[in-house]
Amino acid sequence: MSILIIQILNSLFYASVLFLIAAGLSLIFGVMRIVNMAHGTFYAVGAFVTAWLVGRASALGVPAGWTFLLIPVGAGAVALLGIAIEPLLRPFYRRAEEYQLLVTFGLLLILEDVIRFLWGGLPLSADPVMDVLPSVRFGGLIYPGYNLVVIAIGVAGAIGLWAVIYRTKFGVMLRATSQDRRMASALGLNVGLVYVSAFAIGCFMAGLGGAIIVPTQTAVLGMGIDALILAFVVVVIGGLGSLQGALVGALIVSFVRTAGIQFFPEVELAVLYLIAAVVLLVKPTGLFGTA
Amino acid sequence: MTADVSSVQPKLLLFAAAAVVLILLALLPPFIGLYQTQLLIYGLIAAIAALGFNLLLGYTGLLSFGHSAFFGIGAYSVAFLLRDAGIRSMELYILIGLPVAALTSALFGYICVRHTRIFFGILTLALSQVLWTLTYKFFWVTGGSDGLRVARPTLLAGMVSFTGRDAFQRFINGYYYYVLAVFAICVVIMWVIVHSPFGKALQAIRDNETRAAFLGLRIRRFRWVAFLISGTFTGLAGILWVPLNGLTTPEVLYWPFSGEIVFMTLLGGFRNFTGPIVGGILFTYLKTYAVAATEYWQLLLGVVLVLLVMLLPTGIVGAISAAATKLRWKEKPA
Repeated sequence: MSILIIQILNSLFYASVLFLIAAGLSLIFGVMRIVNMAHGTFYAVGAFVTAWLVGRASALGVPAGWTFLLIPVGAGAVALLGIAIEPLLRPFYRRAEEYQLLVTFGLLLILEDVIRFLWGGLPLSADPVMDVLPSVRFGGLIYPGYNLVVIAIGVAGAIGLWAVIYRTKFGVMLRATSQDRRMASALGLNVGLVYVSAFAIGCFMAGLGGAIIVPTQTAVLGMGIDALILAFVVVVIGGLGSLQGALVGALIVSFVRTAGIQFFPEVELAVLYLIAAVVLLVKPTGLFGTA
Repeated sequence: MTADVSSVQPKLLLFAAAAVVLILLALLPPFIGLYQTQLLIYGLIAAIAALGFNLLLGYTGLLSFGHSAFFGIGAYSVAFLLRDAGIRSMELYILIGLPVAALTSALFGYICVRHTRIFFGILTLALSQVLWTLTYKFFWVTGGSDGLRVARPTLLAGMVSFTGRDAFQRFINGYYYYVLAVFAICVVIMWVIVHSPFGKALQAIRDNETRAAFLGLRIRRFRWVAFLISGTFTGLAGILWVPLNGLTTPEVLYWPFSGEIVFMTLLGGFRNFTGPIVGGILFTYLKTYAVAATEYWQLLLGVVLVLLVMLLPTGIVGAISAAATKLRWKEKPA
């Protein structure tokens, strides 16, 4: 019984991180109509920046409890990176999708090497953050308390994003731009600003995903490339451009994956890709997609 | 009808130019040395892969991000044939590997052509990654991340084999002409395909799907066949690649390799018949020298890709032919 609880918690933990990445990808697509192939790499940047900051802070003797604050800093750094990169993408908004895909693919190649240049090829870890919180007991099993925090952040992220999009004036602007860019512009919206903000928020979420996962595992080269494909699977299942879709997709992928690791480890990833393919065939727009 | 008459001469000219290029390529090895010859083989193989890929992107208007699947299928077919059936003949590799690649592309294509644009790309990507992860996970069959070694095959039904002294030199020189011949055949076949009524139909579908449908073209069927041919060509490239490389790993199935195929096609230009050929060869050199020059070769390639998309969206061949057209206009203004 307690094993089942732990497996469910594991799935939720994994779903939280995946949701943050996929929701960012989906938001960027929904507003800007760009499928950002470099999105997974933004997640990796978040992980590396956070791990590096935590390492620095520990070396300087900062109490481990304070290193928690470095998680939002890491995510914020990725948002700044996004703001710096968005102008590069501007010439491509009116171009064919092929070019947008290729330009973000080029961005992915560049960023992967920038990570390698800045932090070398070695894995970076941020264990001190994880060790701050005590473990929780379930029956006879122990579970790291930090993982529960990650789940809480995932839930908070989902609620926060929903609130921003559906309950604020800025959200109205986002949705208006997403539905009809030219009309929104004609009504006096600063579409350029909306684009930068959407891209920054998307990058922030990806960076946050990387920042919260890095204490539990290490930041390694190539983690972004793997994450991107899983984020694709999530948004394909849920529907590109849909927030609920990203949430449901992340939950489906995480539970299937946890079950997969338990029962069919060889084909665990293959099953996920096949689910994505089947969803695309049966309902091309995904479970919650409209466009 | 007058158009037909006047188009005869450029066509002849084109064939003459192609023949000259082929002869030049055949004469090259003694002058450039072993290493350059080996590189050129890699380039020709990449050109075959890109040529096949471009039937989809350039002529049918579908961007596949999963062509690594067919390249990998070709490569792994050869590895399995050698390990499990003890086959060492290159001709048998091609004869057995090609139908395998064709079947895989037929299956993938059947699923993927139900979509176009971005969804087509994601679907091809997802399916190719199914193969990648299976290759990775079933290590007792595929060798996992270590991959499978492939020995030098015999050419021309076992008449030419490479053992003993100078085996490597003789293999490179012999294999160069082998690949060059296959490459020439591929170019001719692809030329015939894109200039056939079938090829014209693909271009009609690319330019205006609705109009093509009203003309009675069965769009999905055409796309499917194009996908099948495209995947088979790329599979052939994988078959030719693995004896030269001596090893196949899951890397050739991983999606960034699909990205490389897209990259080389774009480098040459996808709105041209010769674009992917030039792109495949150039990309091979570009990557080899970038890897040799700097640890951060990915960065270099990424910058080239971004600049290319920004400044030369029609690729190198496209830019040259545009410049040539401009020159001709200046010479004799209409």
